[in-house]
Amino acid sequence: MSTVQIIRDYILENYLFTSDQSVLQNDTSFLESGIIDSTGILEVISFLETEFGIRVEDEEMIPENLDSVDNLVAFVARKKRAA
Amino acid sequence: MCGVAGILDLESGRPVLRAELARMVDMLRPRGPDDSGFHVGDRVGLGHARLSIIDLEGGRQPIHNEERTVWTVFNGEIFNYLELRAELIARGHRFYTRSDTEVIVHLYEEHGEDFVQHLNGQFAIALWDEPARKLLLVRDRPGILPLYHTSEDGRFLFGSEIKALLPVLPAPPRLNSAALDQIFTFWAPLSPNTIFDGIQEVSPGEMVIVRDGKVSRRRYWDWTFPTEARDYWQEPEAELAERLRELLVDATRLRLRSDVPVGAYLSGGLDSSALSAIIHRHGATRLRTFSIGFEEQALDEAAYQRTMIEHLGAEHSDIHCRNEDVGAAFLQAIERTESPILRTAPVPMSLLSGLVREQGYKVVLTGEGADEVLGGYDLFKEGKIRRFWARQPASQWRPLLLKRLYPYLDITRQGSVYLRQFFGKGLEHSGAPWFAHIPRWSTTSLCKEFFAPELAAQLVERDPLAELEAALPAAIRDWHPFNQSQYIEAKLLMAGYLLCSQGDRMLMANSVEGRFPFLDHRLIEFANRLPPTLKMRVLREKHLLKRAMAGYLPPAIVERHKQPYRAPDISAFFGRAATPAYVDELMGRAAIARYGYFDPERVERLVKKIRLGRAVGYKDNMAFVGILSTQAWHRHFVEGFYNNFKRDQRESMLAQPSVVGG
Repeated sequence: MSTVQIIRDYILENYLFTSDQSVLQNDTSFLESGIIDSTGILEVISFLETEFGIRVEDEEMIPENLDSVDNLVAFVARKKRAA
Repeated sequence: MCGVAGILDLESGRPVLRAELARMVDMLRPRGPDDSGFHVGDRVGLGHARLSIIDLEGGRQPIHNEERTVWTVFNGEIFNYLELRAELIARGHRFYTRSDTEVIVHLYEEHGEDFVQHLNGQFAIALWDEPARKLLLVRDRPGILPLYHTSEDGRFLFGSEIKALLPVLPAPPRLNSAALDQIFTFWAPLSPNTIFDGIQEVSPGEMVIVRDGKVSRRRYWDWTFPTEARDYWQEPEAELAERLRELLVDATRLRLRSDVPVGAYLSGGLDSSALSAIIHRHGATRLRTFSIGFEEQALDEAAYQRTMIEHLGAEHSDIHCRNEDVGAAFLQAIERTESPILRTAPVPMSLLSGLVREQGYKVVLTGEGADEVLGGYDLFKEGKIRRFWARQPASQWRPLLLKRLYPYLDITRQGSVYLRQFFGKGLEHSGAPWFAHIPRWSTTSLCKEFFAPELAAQLVERDPLAELEAALPAAIRDWHPFNQSQYIEAKLLMAGYLLCSQGDRMLMANSVEGRFPFLDHRLIEFANRLPPTLKMRVLREKHLLKRAMAGYLPPAIVERHKQPYRAPDISAFFGRAATPAYVDELMGRAAIARYGYFDPERVERLVKKIRLGRAVGYKDNMAFVGILSTQAWHRHFVEGFYNNFKRDQRESMLAQPSVVGG
């Protein structure tokens, strides 16, 4: 499965509690739309670390890396290239 | 403490049956296990379930005046009844009991509806004025004791709890979807709404008047704050601290009046420690304290409790609350709250009142109200920082002050940008009275994504914030922002959740009466005129209370960071012990679909996520407890209506009406 699909399924399953693909756009801000609250972001980070074998540094916890499906996909790709 | 219930015929022409009153009062048995009494008059009936605390022999209710034309049933305490009684006797009134209840009828004869202005206490009163054919329902100022009413088929019904009304209703109640929407925003319905469609509460500080078939409301008291700087106390801080201590000592002393021994809850926080210290120094008997400890270290305050117990030499009992204890007591707690709740925090309070009762006590003093009256909540700090930040929204360092606020949160991992995003919500509303509440309410509202599409469609036109705004007093716009937050907190969360679901109902579950010195209206009125800087000095909460009580308490208690009282939520149901069977049943697809409030697929995924151990956020915890409690509410009150509330209907309908009560 592609990175984008893995991430979409995870977000849909765990934060939107649905399999309906139409409710999530890849550029939707998680924070602005309320999909993920301030504690929820910790769960997302654990998921990325387990699923993709990357390590997220404190200074990387910024919306540019984490705040939408698109941002997550790009961030994971960058991390994997750097590894 | 006690329970009251009654019926007034508006236009049905049906006689009020004593048996009907008996069924209503039966529902209130835990509030009043010791005795019951009735008065059935012409088209009116009053019932009472009694817990004997003052005048154990003579305090039987209903109570009447000299001519038997004014009757009352009453739940609560009039703490200044000795003074009132002496004044009334001096004016020629004759008393036939020693009870505090009797001052109500004579005060009413003297002052009419304004009699309530003379009461210092916690009360829910029903008063029948026979010559005027007028029924009054009156509730205390802050909303300590509950009182509900409804009109049904030409009759007006009232009771201390909603469950007292159900045996005389013809059909199962329905969920009030607007109230559910409000609970899933504010944690409480907007008064006088309840989760039961068509059933209302008497709002705190109000009376409901029923006369000539018409029902009206009158507000006799409200929290009010200065609109001009010169209206705040101008006295030096030391003098105000002295007055605060004197008032608190007097409020506590009045609340130790009782014909049975009085104990105290000791959480280890500033407020309950202050009360315990006052009782220790000014009370007549040895201090007796009760507390609760938690298995989860983050929730436990046992170390501070020990500090105080040693300091005061109190005789102390405590219970240890394991996570699964909360799960085991949850269903019964919802039968008592009669409302969905978003956190399990009320549940351990029922275990604590059970301990009190087991130790032979039926009255306890608690520190409830201090945070609202004297400015203790983190939300007040949060509001202050966010307002400061809103003046310079681009500032990088202003939001970092929030880190000072939540030292127990793992903020480094969350990163300051996320802090900004979360607490920065609604920064543009810095002029709104509910500005400080935005982060809490917007997080809570996220739980509404679990509403079933049909329910969501019903709510689409509604806006809880606009409904709240319409209910706020006009003057609130002119108050200091700190006072605005206090008002909203006192009226919504305290009156609508803390004092009822977490307070009265959990105490009454074990027939224990709570008394709240910080909610003495003289203390509230005094505190409302304190400059906000004396409540929160920079970010030091309850500044003046700390100063006032410094001589009574160990420094470790005065200086500790406030820890909000919390209980295990999801972990109460999913942990070491097996998940209770009712959880699987109520959260299962079938029950979710049958009751119709929530989306079965989403709930299923939430439960799956919880089982995988992935649910750690506030939202998941609140959503789970909110859904489970709504389901439990439906099962007991709607689906279980005939079984739980109408079982002996048949026999009762055959019973003979009695003319005079006993």
